[in-house]
Amino acid sequence: MTPEKPGLDNGLTDALVRTRRYFTKGKVSDDLRTLTKAGGRGADDFYRDRWSHDKVVRSTHGVNCTGSCSWKVYVKDGIITWETQQTDYPSVGPDKPEYEPRGCPRGAAFSWYTYSPTRIRYPYVRGVLLDLYRQAKAELHDPVEAWASIVDNPTLAARYKAARGKGGLVRATWDEAVELVAAAYVHTLKKWGPDRIAGFSPIPAMSMVSHASGARFTSLIGGTMLSFYDWYADLPVASPQVFGDQTDVPESGDWWDAGYLIMWGSNLPVTRTPDAHWMAEARYRGQKVVAVAPDYADNVKFADEWLPAAPGTDGALAMAMGHVILKEFFVDRQTPYFVNYVKHYTDLPYLIRLDEADGGYRAGKFLTAADLGVEEENAAFKTVVLDAATGQPVVPNGSLGHRFGEAGKGKWNLDLGSTDPLLTLAGTETGSVVVQLARFDGGTEAGVLSRGVPVRRVAGQLVTTVYDLMLAQYGVARAGLPGDWPASYDDRTPYTPAWQESITGVPAAAAARIAREFARNAADSKGRSMIVMGAGTNHWFHSDTIYRAFLALTTLTGCQGVNGGGWAHYVGQEKCRPITGWAQLAFALDWTRPPRQMIQTAYWYLHTDQFRYDHFTTDTFSATRGGIAGKTTADLIALSARLGWMPSYPTFDRNPHQLADEAAAAGRSVGDYVVDQLKSGELRFACEDPDSPENFPRILSIWRANLLGSSAKGNEYFLEHLLGAGSSLRASEGVHPEELEWHDQAPRGKLDLLLTLDFRQTSTTLFSDVVLPAATWYEKHDLNTTDMHPFVHSFNPAIAPPWQTRTDWDAWQTIAEKFSELARTHLGIRRDLVAVPLLHDTPDALATPHGIVRDWKAGDCEPIPGVTMPKIVEVERDYPAVAAKMAALGPLMEKLGATTKGVTYDESASVDYLRAKNGTIRGGPADGRPSLRRDIHACETILALSGTTNGRLATEGFKTLETRVGKPLHDLAAEHEGKQITFADTQAAPVPVITSPEWSGSEAGGRRYSPFTINVERLKPWHTLTGRQHFFLDHDWMAELGENLPVYRPPLDMSALFAEPELGTLTEHGLTVRYLTPHNKWSIHSEYQDNLFMLSLSRGGQTIWISDQDAAKAGIADHDWIEAVNRNGVVVARAIVSHRMPEGTVYMHHAQDRLIDVPLAETSKKRGGIHNSLTRLLIKPSHLIGGYAQLSFAFNYLGPTGNQRDEVTVIRRRSQEVTY
Amino acid sequence: MRVMAQMAMVMNLDKCIGCHTCSVTCKQAWTNRTGTEYVWFNNVETRPGQGYPRTYEDQENWKGGWTLNRRGRLSLKAGGRIRKLLTIFSNPKLPALDDYYEPWTYDYATLTEAPAQQHTPVARPKSLITGQDTKITWSANWDDDLGGSAATAERDPILRKIGDKVRFEFEQTFMFYLPRICEHCLNPSCAASCPSGAIYKRSEDGIVLVDQDRCRGWRMCISGCPYKKVYFNHRTGKAEKCTFCFPRVEVGMPTVCAETCVGRLRYIGLLLYDADRVLEAASVTDEHDLYEAQRSILLDPNDPDVIRAAEREGIPHDWIEAARRSPVHALINRYQVALPLHPEYRTMPMVWYIPPLSPVVDVVRETGEDAERRENLFAAIDALRIPIEYLAELFTAGEVAPVDRVLRKLAAMRSYLRDLNLGRDPDATIPAAVGMSEEDLYEMYRLLALAKYDERY
Repeated sequence: MTPEKPGLDNGLTDALVRTRRYFTKGKVSDDLRTLTKAGGRGADDFYRDRWSHDKVVRSTHGVNCTGSCSWKVYVKDGIITWETQQTDYPSVGPDKPEYEPRGCPRGAAFSWYTYSPTRIRYPYVRGVLLDLYRQAKAELHDPVEAWASIVDNPTLAARYKAARGKGGLVRATWDEAVELVAAAYVHTLKKWGPDRIAGFSPIPAMSMVSHASGARFTSLIGGTMLSFYDWYADLPVASPQVFGDQTDVPESGDWWDAGYLIMWGSNLPVTRTPDAHWMAEARYRGQKVVAVAPDYADNVKFADEWLPAAPGTDGALAMAMGHVILKEFFVDRQTPYFVNYVKHYTDLPYLIRLDEADGGYRAGKFLTAADLGVEEENAAFKTVVLDAATGQPVVPNGSLGHRFGEAGKGKWNLDLGSTDPLLTLAGTETGSVVVQLARFDGGTEAGVLSRGVPVRRVAGQLVTTVYDLMLAQYGVARAGLPGDWPASYDDRTPYTPAWQESITGVPAAAAARIAREFARNAADSKGRSMIVMGAGTNHWFHSDTIYRAFLALTTLTGCQGVNGGGWAHYVGQEKCRPITGWAQLAFALDWTRPPRQMIQTAYWYLHTDQFRYDHFTTDTFSATRGGIAGKTTADLIALSARLGWMPSYPTFDRNPHQLADEAAAAGRSVGDYVVDQLKSGELRFACEDPDSPENFPRILSIWRANLLGSSAKGNEYFLEHLLGAGSSLRASEGVHPEELEWHDQAPRGKLDLLLTLDFRQTSTTLFSDVVLPAATWYEKHDLNTTDMHPFVHSFNPAIAPPWQTRTDWDAWQTIAEKFSELARTHLGIRRDLVAVPLLHDTPDALATPHGIVRDWKAGDCEPIPGVTMPKIVEVERDYPAVAAKMAALGPLMEKLGATTKGVTYDESASVDYLRAKNGTIRGGPADGRPSLRRDIHACETILALSGTTNGRLATEGFKTLETRVGKPLHDLAAEHEGKQITFADTQAAPVPVITSPEWSGSEAGGRRYSPFTINVERLKPWHTLTGRQHFFLDHDWMAELGENLPVYRPPLDMSALFAEPELGTLTEHGLTVRYLTPHNKWSIHSEYQDNLFMLSLSRGGQTIWISDQDAAKAGIADHDWIEAVNRNGVVVARAIVSHRMPEGTVYMHHAQDRLIDVPLAETSKKRGGIHNSLTRLLIKPSHLIGGYAQLSFAFNYLGPTGNQRDEVTVIRRRSQEVTY
Repeated sequence: MRVMAQMAMVMNLDKCIGCHTCSVTCKQAWTNRTGTEYVWFNNVETRPGQGYPRTYEDQENWKGGWTLNRRGRLSLKAGGRIRKLLTIFSNPKLPALDDYYEPWTYDYATLTEAPAQQHTPVARPKSLITGQDTKITWSANWDDDLGGSAATAERDPILRKIGDKVRFEFEQTFMFYLPRICEHCLNPSCAASCPSGAIYKRSEDGIVLVDQDRCRGWRMCISGCPYKKVYFNHRTGKAEKCTFCFPRVEVGMPTVCAETCVGRLRYIGLLLYDADRVLEAASVTDEHDLYEAQRSILLDPNDPDVIRAAEREGIPHDWIEAARRSPVHALINRYQVALPLHPEYRTMPMVWYIPPLSPVVDVVRETGEDAERRENLFAAIDALRIPIEYLAELFTAGEVAPVDRVLRKLAAMRSYLRDLNLGRDPDATIPAAVGMSEEDLYEMYRLLALAKYDERY
């Protein structure tokens, strides 16, 4: 095997090397191979010195990734050097992996920003504007009058607006920049009113105090805070639809508890980098892992099986899996665990009325106590089952009708008592009828499936159960029922495995087997099958249907509310665990209620004039013709606004200050006055004429966000119409909405002031009029939480904010102080009139019995504020006191308490504690109130006002809930009743939060968080109509859209809607492909994409991934410059050609921004665009529903999503010579 | 027997998510400075792919590492030491900057300072070498996630060896990640290549360092290292390399790359080895025997003879204790699931890897069989997406059997634990089928799955 005497080279070499012994201090090994040294080494000083540092500071990154990773920031000689992850998370137990370390390469590269040349060090103002302002002020001597003289002069205004985004930012002092900003606010309030001012800052959980800073100012002046969760298309609308909850998901540590895990459109290593290890490790525990992804994504590497479903067809696969589960685990053989679960926790046994239609029947409304003739409180919201023993209708506890009112006290629970609800009428039926069910798999036109259900008459109504309808919908045949049914899994009719194969490309056998395994595992483990679902499936126009098909799988198999089971939606789901404290602070609920909160998607759909470019009416999406037939999306937005379903700001075509004054002058209440005015037609909703100057948004402030470089779907429409900066927009105008005023000339430059606070240059800062320099995350105090782990931890300054940067908290106080000073002479105290939509978790949810739409404008009913239209609330605005109120906790805390999800907390003791903890303000409008001057004060306040961080509040909150539920709950928090988490605690280490009624899961005893465990284990209802998880939605619009039940809807057909070329078309202009914008491995949205480390590890600029087949067709080679063009705009990027990409689809990873190495486009002769230059907003009508049970508005809880996945583009190789 | 101690690392590739956190934290801590812009002491490669620097594994070209000469004696592949001295002024086997990449930055300041102009300001790339405008054509990780596979992956030196086993087609796609640091070899060819004697192996822990005072910038170490993990600092004119974070390790902290590894896949521990047998082990004739030969010189820290010999060599008691509870020893020699990277280079590398499992191909799935069942899992090993030959070329000089054994152990662990997970009685025949006891299998699971901080390091 080896030579007799191993050796090196030959004898001469040996001799030579031996001599080295005499020249070095090291020791040459006996065999002469190598040199060793021990001790006394001075030559390594460089590395020792490099490693040394003065201090290590705990902080984190306030970035929208939900990582919530605690980091060690190293400081040497007052300079931040680098960062590594903290590893001191409390243990999750001896038999589980741990939450250490948490962090990713992006976070590890953060400190680069601190001293980088993209850092914003000083305040900047657009030079043209600053010149105009200085000139005007020199003449007029008053900042407000100076501002007015510019923006009210069309020529001057157009001059600076047209210069937006084209360089020419100049340095200003804080004093001057803030004066200009404050003047703009004051002028806008005076001339246009507070609802013409908007603020945008997303995701409070990532840095709650920083979010609250500008939100508090905006709310105090009556401005509108724009939503983000729906706007980002991260809100799964299916969650409010099914659960009556915004989103509540398991922490990543709970993946460990799952026996079966499907990653469905969620690329965990990329988008949940610090959590992915739980998946990798759980496999070692015997967990089976399946990946559904159209490409060979990073997570596929870990999966036991890869189902490469075609993009956007995931709903078809899920429907087929539902078919298999219903057939094999409910019909062929009943699985006791599943049957028991669905009877207790879902609407499956509830009765649905069947209505005659077109010679057959259609599913109608839930049968309610009102239908039974029962005359009691909220009877129309008490749903009905049949008792198996007696065959008689029973009204179980726990429906919405028990949630509000005296009679429901103690009865809002899931206790079925002695009732055993009938799941199916089969066997007890008096007959069967054929129901017509919508199908959409045939293309753009809806089709019909005719399938029978067993029926009975109850109280004169023909009824069946949701379960029977589900079997019909899924096509699971039972003997004796009429209709068209698939004969086997091989029958290519909805919703069999073979049917889905023709759509998704996933083999039928595989789909059936994965469904079977998923359910078998759930049965064996009592619910420990989990689906991790992500943006790949959630960012489609019809994602709510995709998700409902997913949730059917987890709910039918009894996995929701079980550790290790259920849905795990990880898309921007951020969880601000101390939500109650943050909400009081952010929306200034301690001083003034209600705040203005707007659905951002509809806001921009109107205000960037995207509505002008729609070429279809919304019945395009309908199954039947009903109330929305012939309407445009903009018409439905107007309808939703006037019915009080969704908020709408600016609300009326008049300054609300003026309206309030007019009401007072008329001696009418504001509500009566507005109703009078609306009925007479003298007053109109602003959304009915968004292109008229009095209805423009006038000021937009942005902090902690990069709207134009990241989330602004329809980027070119923003540049064109909102900013007036010119664009590469190529679309043609379309259908005129019936109810909107149409202006032949679309406005350009609606916005007077774009203000941004940031620490780095982005597309948003470059297009802003004023840019204020912000402190980074290593330069301030703040709080951070996520739903991925159960801890609250802190930001702390490693260094003081350098140059002229300030924390958001300080910056907004500076603005507030100047504002209040100018307000003294220009505004004083004014009355404001706030229109408030019908709100979820309040009795407003009872406004629309049976979800039957009644439009007062059409004469269906009277306009009644708070019932058939928005509530109209009068509010006092003490503008000169705004700065004082910013910096102190207001008196409504004791007076009204704090309400979250229907539970009101008495905050009196917390206020006393905070007076002592933070100190008390002396003198002025906030005399005697707890201080909020410093960011630490804000942190302490959030912690003290929330149940998750204050055990007393959690315990009391549960006691409050107990009186309604009638079941013991407060023991869940009692173990921590005396615990108050302080900011100092979060500085020492991440701190586990306390189980609180603010959330649906229990962490009592240190268990992993899984949503709805309190519902399942303690019989607390979901916040829905039945109080159970819903398969069936009976709102008029849901029926009209054909979405009463889970259903498959394909991606939108952009050639039918917008005359884009068909997918696969190859012409001289290029190849038409599906255009997807998944999350980027090298950035978190736009953050880090400009970071030199991330650019060095990728390809250094904007890229589009394309399959080798498509590249060959279009003549594109790897790294070629290419242009992607559609009606929305133009993108220039480099191609990355890879065989891991599916044919027909390209990926332009999300939010690469346009600032890094983007040349001029050949097509437009302008700077190439960003990923959102090729997208635009399309609003799904069902997302505008409100005022009915779980389909009621709450901020970031329900609203139209800013989806962007259904788009296509033409892609071609361009000249390889680029210019800039 | 002469016992020496060696700090070593094991990376469990089966858990690597390819996130590159290790690369960034390492670079931030050690090489974000002038002269080392292109230097990544730690990098992560997508495989198949060319690696960094490009095609470094092609020793027919680069001549790194050792080879056996006609007399069976170990000789530097780039030529014996005499030859090295004679050719000291012309070193043809040195990767050029292009083989790494030309580092760049951007004129970010333009974004702030651009005067009023026609177009939106943009930051253009500037070479960090020339300071001029540049076109980016390669980066530190150009082929990440199979980027440009059609154009570049075929140049993967490993693929060329197994050629027809891999097709670059969507349905057959596979990839995995290979994080790399300096191997801190027992038989370092960099040290042997250095004409100045500047590279040394620390006696107490085996960490290989470049003496910054003695280095004369001959760059023979760069040629000599087959892993291309010695870099040239073009500012100081000295060689630099991964230091195994000795300033941290000396005070009981793991290396930066290991502690910040968010996949929790890195293990650090002490090994005891017989220094007298290194040359012999590195000189075995058949490359396929190198893995076993290398394992054989690692000593059993629980063997009383070894302990006595170690004490004789002056190895402190707590170091011997550390060797006894070393996770690295457990993974390499007790469970035998970790394998050395390219043992055929004969440098006796001390960073070992657990090869990755990978999803089963359609073949198994379409049978309608449940792939999680034990018998199918084992059957599936033969049909893994990652060709086992590819892994063997990385870890066992092409010998498939040891890789197969490792993958079967991992599969057996999953299968055995599934019963426990679902509250069923465990099946003792499963560990037996891979030659392990139930206790050992469970302990291995604990180390790989729970991977507690104080057990990883």
